[in-house]
Amino acid sequence: MVPEPEFTSYYGRPVVKPAPWGDDVAVYLFLGGVAGGSALLGLGGQLTGRPTLRRNARLSALAAVSVGAVALVKDLGRPERFLNMLRTFKVTSPMSVGSWILSAFSTGTAVSAVAEIDRLSNDRLPLGPLRSVLRAVEGPAGFEAALFAGPLAAYTAVLLGDTATPTWNAGHEELPFVFVSSATLASAGLAMITTPVREAGPARTLGALGVVGELIAMRVMEHRMDPVAAEPLRQGKAGAMLKWSERLVAAGGAGTLLAGRSRAVAVASGLSLLAASALTRFGVFEAGLSSARDPRYTIEPQKTRLARRRAAGITDDSITTAG
Amino acid sequence: MGQLSGPTDPAADAHWEHSHPRKGFFTDTSICIGCKACEVACKEWNHNPQDGNLELLESSYDNTGALGASTWRHVAFVEQGRERIAEARESGRALVNLGMPPIGPPSAAPAIAPDLAEVDTTPPDTADFRWLMSSDVCKHCTHAGCLDVCPTGALFRTEFGTVVVQDDVCNGCGTCVAGCPFGVIERRRDGTVAVAAEREDQHAQHPAVPNVGIAQKCTLCYDRLVADETPACAKACPTTSIKFGDHDDMVETAKERVADLHAQGLTEARLYGANELDGVGGTGSVFLLLDEPEVYGLPPDPRVPTADLPTMYRRAGVAVVGMVAAAALAFLRGRA
Repeated sequence: MVPEPEFTSYYGRPVVKPAPWGDDVAVYLFLGGVAGGSALLGLGGQLTGRPTLRRNARLSALAAVSVGAVALVKDLGRPERFLNMLRTFKVTSPMSVGSWILSAFSTGTAVSAVAEIDRLSNDRLPLGPLRSVLRAVEGPAGFEAALFAGPLAAYTAVLLGDTATPTWNAGHEELPFVFVSSATLASAGLAMITTPVREAGPARTLGALGVVGELIAMRVMEHRMDPVAAEPLRQGKAGAMLKWSERLVAAGGAGTLLAGRSRAVAVASGLSLLAASALTRFGVFEAGLSSARDPRYTIEPQKTRLARRRAAGITDDSITTAG
Repeated sequence: MGQLSGPTDPAADAHWEHSHPRKGFFTDTSICIGCKACEVACKEWNHNPQDGNLELLESSYDNTGALGASTWRHVAFVEQGRERIAEARESGRALVNLGMPPIGPPSAAPAIAPDLAEVDTTPPDTADFRWLMSSDVCKHCTHAGCLDVCPTGALFRTEFGTVVVQDDVCNGCGTCVAGCPFGVIERRRDGTVAVAAEREDQHAQHPAVPNVGIAQKCTLCYDRLVADETPACAKACPTTSIKFGDHDDMVETAKERVADLHAQGLTEARLYGANELDGVGGTGSVFLLLDEPEVYGLPPDPRVPTADLPTMYRRAGVAVVGMVAAAALAFLRGRA
């Protein structure tokens, strides 16, 4: 007989430790997504002859990734050592892989955005002979940034999934879909705000696709997770944020369908999508941290899965043994 | 990159060419007396600063709380009454009757655990009360979550198969803290502690805290191991509750001890971390416990998160393809 899982703990103290990450990291989750999606929109604008969309998306990508990177560095215990992130490449470390993705993405994004800034300022940047080089490489740089855009939006989901933090780990299979959807709708929302309705058609379509993706991915994730580990997604601050995120996603999604007619509607639904994405990231982030603080979320799902394996006849893989 | 899960020799997996035997602890909690000599010896040897304020935590004699950046040995105290003792004995008996196969080469495990269902297991001194004391420490896992996810290479696998932080490399990103399934490693805060007014002489001036902002944990006294010395905690333990030696010997000793206790009718005795088929590939620090692991604050079924990393990368890859496809669709539709 396998005893029924029941919950005991050591004076109610946590088993695992929450990541020592502040809101800076949640801000980066959001901005990294905005940057990635914007680079894709920038490349689309570049390839389909939409100069305003291209310019705005490239500038958005640079702004988002710059602020995001600063937030990341600020959150380190030793910010002055941030370059140690690039002293090795470790495929087992999503943080290492992500640091290289971020670096590669930022390179292409910076080159293509500087080209836009130079054009905006009527060639006043002190580039000298480098101007012709910049013009020659800005197109390929747009491609390079777009190549790393998806990975930039998705790796943060792996970063959270690859932890012992119960709610993040339990969602590891679906979190990448939630995060790329959130990145997609946020960057589309930003483009709808910055770019006139005439050129923002693809952004509206992309926003609508992101909305559908996020609504589905979030539901599938909650459904497939261990029910106990999923609780923090519905409770407290995190639960409230995710509930509002869902409402704003739906509102913004409806807005994308109408935004072709009015800039005001486009701006409103764009803001709604951006806010929704920020709330999704903060909500998932917060839910994970709170799941680590309560031993129940570590112990109960583990007891359940251990009991399930034993009931299925697998009795040789427990950390606790009789001899 | 080595193996991500399953049984392996971690030092060989990390490409050490000289084969040192893997070192580890066997912490036998059945003979721990809760003196905390290990905590003190560890603090002194490793120059670990005071951890938080000096306060009573209202958890029996445990006022340390948990393992952390500045606490690398932590003695847990659990007070139990008759009912809970009976439950522990029952859960241990269930474990024995589960037919857990003995681990290791057949010759190394001659004693097949007897079926205790038929045996009168009433212990000679049935207790109305018992005090569980257990000195917790870093598990030095075969597949260490902290080491896997460290982006800088600050965490490394030593020639002894243990896991150690290089203080001058770590940039305090904190990923390892979330990566550890046992909640061991922690980023050290600035160590500023509020000083009680009446203790001004003794505590008004704290020495400068080293390694602030850097992940810290037990090194299994790496600096002592390279000098062929025993780790400070094991050296200080007055009852030999903390044993140190070659990992294989530790596991062997642990198995003999648990068999002895079972033979005495103490079915609540069980091993923790001695199974290389578990979610972390077995631990370097093996424990003998007298109740379920969660009673001591240990996870009942830890799994190194990196074991699922290939799945996560695959899923992320599919998600990226979906994102790019959505963007392509959006622009193609705009063109039509």
